[in-house]
Amino acid sequence: MPLLEVKDLKVRVEEREILHGLTLTVNEGEVHAIMGPNGSGKSTLSHVIAGKPGYEVTDGQILFRGEDLLEMDPHERAAKGVFLAFQYPVEIPGVTTMNFLRTALNAQRKARGESELMVPDFLKKVREVSKSLNIPQDMLKRGVNVGFSGGEKKRNEVLQMALFEPSLCILDEMDSGLDIDALRIAADGVNALRSPKRAMVVITHYQRLLNYIVPDVVHVMSKGRVVKSGGKELALELEASGYAQFEDAA
Amino acid sequence: MNVAVAKTGKGRAVSDLFASVEGRLPGPPAVIAARREAFENYERLGLPHRRLEEWKYTDLRALVSEVLPLAASPDAAALKRAADAVKAHAIAGARKLVLVDGVFAADLSDVKALGSETSLKTLRETLETDAGLLNTALTDAVIALNAAMATDGVVLSIADGAQLSAPIQIIHIATAASASSFTRSQVAIGKGARATIVESFVAAGSKAYQVNDAVLVKVGDDADVAHIRLMDDAPDAVNVTSQFVTVGANVKLNFFNMTSGAAVSRLQGFITLAGEGSELSVNGVNLLKQTEHGDTTLVVDHAVPNCVSRETFRAVIDDRAHSVFQGRIIVRPDAQKTDGKMMTRALLLSDEAEADNKPELEIFADDVSCGHGATAGALDDSLLFYLKARGLPEKQAQALLIQAFVGEAIEQIADDGLREHVIGIAERWLERRS
Ligand SMILES: Nc1ncnc2c1ncn2[C@@H]1O[C@H](COP(=O)(O)OP(=O)(O)O)[C@@H](O)[C@H]1O
Ligand SMILES: [Mg+2]
Repeated sequence: MPLLEVKDLKVRVEEREILHGLTLTVNEGEVHAIMGPNGSGKSTLSHVIAGKPGYEVTDGQILFRGEDLLEMDPHERAAKGVFLAFQYPVEIPGVTTMNFLRTALNAQRKARGESELMVPDFLKKVREVSKSLNIPQDMLKRGVNVGFSGGEKKRNEVLQMALFEPSLCILDEMDSGLDIDALRIAADGVNALRSPKRAMVVITHYQRLLNYIVPDVVHVMSKGRVVKSGGKELALELEASGYAQFEDAA
Repeated sequence: MNVAVAKTGKGRAVSDLFASVEGRLPGPPAVIAARREAFENYERLGLPHRRLEEWKYTDLRALVSEVLPLAASPDAAALKRAADAVKAHAIAGARKLVLVDGVFAADLSDVKALGSETSLKTLRETLETDAGLLNTALTDAVIALNAAMATDGVVLSIADGAQLSAPIQIIHIATAASASSFTRSQVAIGKGARATIVESFVAAGSKAYQVNDAVLVKVGDDADVAHIRLMDDAPDAVNVTSQFVTVGANVKLNFFNMTSGAAVSRLQGFITLAGEGSELSVNGVNLLKQTEHGDTTLVVDHAVPNCVSRETFRAVIDDRAHSVFQGRIIVRPDAQKTDGKMMTRALLLSDEAEADNKPELEIFADDVSCGHGATAGALDDSLLFYLKARGLPEKQAQALLIQAFVGEAIEQIADDGLREHVIGIAERWLERRS
């Protein structure tokens, strides 16, 4: 059974259709890239998978391990193993990163019927992962993402990915706003999480990121549809010739 | 109000509320005469109503139809219940002073542990020789009623230079249902002293009671003081509290209030900065649900130059509750170089929740820096979604954001243990709503 199946998905935002029948199948262990120009609906897709309100699904379905994802609340999807690394992670003043990580991890564990992680185990794990991501300990004592640079915010998303151990990671424009060093650190963090049990959907409109996170499958998205799929060489092709050739196909 | 009327000795009519208990009220004849005068004053004014500017948003006459009769002095059973409440609400390590239904309960209090630098008398004792405590420069109907009816209170005096390591916690416990209690206390803090005073208002199983408290605080020069009030009265109770605070020179004073109970409450604080170089921080949190009405009204009076005042107020309002914040900063003509700011924010958790914010600056000096800000709004949907996408159910996500919101006021409490205690009260309030 595929991990994620998006079937003929049609989505409206404020009466306007943004996704016009999108189909996507992702199996365990695979890394998929979704490439497409700005406004093609990439973030919309990621938000609908994560359960963000404000989107109206008018047709199609999203199955996660065969279960209807659209029937679940966002927190239930998270507990099932769906993780969205946001394009624009929000700042949450007054909630320390540490408190947030612990509360979120334990909420997910509780939903799965697992016991709460003991504080020492949790701290040890956070320390290890944040060290590998070059996240200073004092950042964890500050409000979530408050005063973080763009790169720090993205690394904080990867930190959460590593802690929560989701089975599906959707990375929305992880490369936006990152210089090459920051990108490398974040990409190394992501690559360390690649596993036969975990799938990733890497959304980007630049080929650059895919030099660091090498995908198994590349999809081209245009105007709310997947218009072409292929191997990793498709990304290079796009880099050379641009998206224009797909505009008509859409 | 519809109350029985009785003749007083002087032949003038005062209602039963006072006449029936006059003989029980502490104080020699001169004090009783002053009380009767105060009561007449109250009767002439009646309960405050919305046509009075100061009570515009809190129409006590509409919210509280009548003042309930004075609670009886607590009997053994009441004291037993109070003892359990003390255990539940005591702050670890604090010296407890307990008032049960408006009467000081020595057996429940840590009088001996106060130490030599703190002197304690009850209001009852004090009034035998000194009626001054019943007079306040400022008065209104509820303050006059308090002067007339106050049955007891604590009169604390902290010696110059005393460095009190343990907080003093005054615990007001209501055990009597459908009755009123009236207390008046004074806390005088000596020069250079360091002290933490906590006032807690709680119920011991009682319902539908009314509390009218007045507290006079005098802070000597160079003192460093934290004053924390935690009002967690029963959900159908009424609490009206008036604070009169006079601050000396070079003082650091941190005032905090949290309202997390009572159907109707009003905290009115009148703080006068009377000595130069002092820093005042006044912070408050209202946590209101159902049809609760909570009013915090603060007047900070900069009477002298070179003082700093900061007010941070947060209201969390659920269901059909109504929060009121009125903050006035007065800068007298002499009070140059005043730095006074207040910020109030209301978080509306339901469409029917209501917040009234009235910040006012009355500035009569020209070289000052003063400002205020007010916001009201719902929880930020994008923050809520972020938390939910990380596995937090709706109520838990809300709770985390609400804690952060009120945290901005609570974090001003310097003492770790006390701050945790206050956070605990907020957490329990949040648990009750989910
Ligand atoms: N909340 C919204 N309200 C109205 N239009 C939106 C909203 N979100 C996205 N859109 C529109 O949907 C289209 C796709 O947007 P988006 O999914 O963000 O694309 P991408 O991530 O590929 O750049 C754009 O035309 C955008 O303007
Ligand atoms: Mg996008």
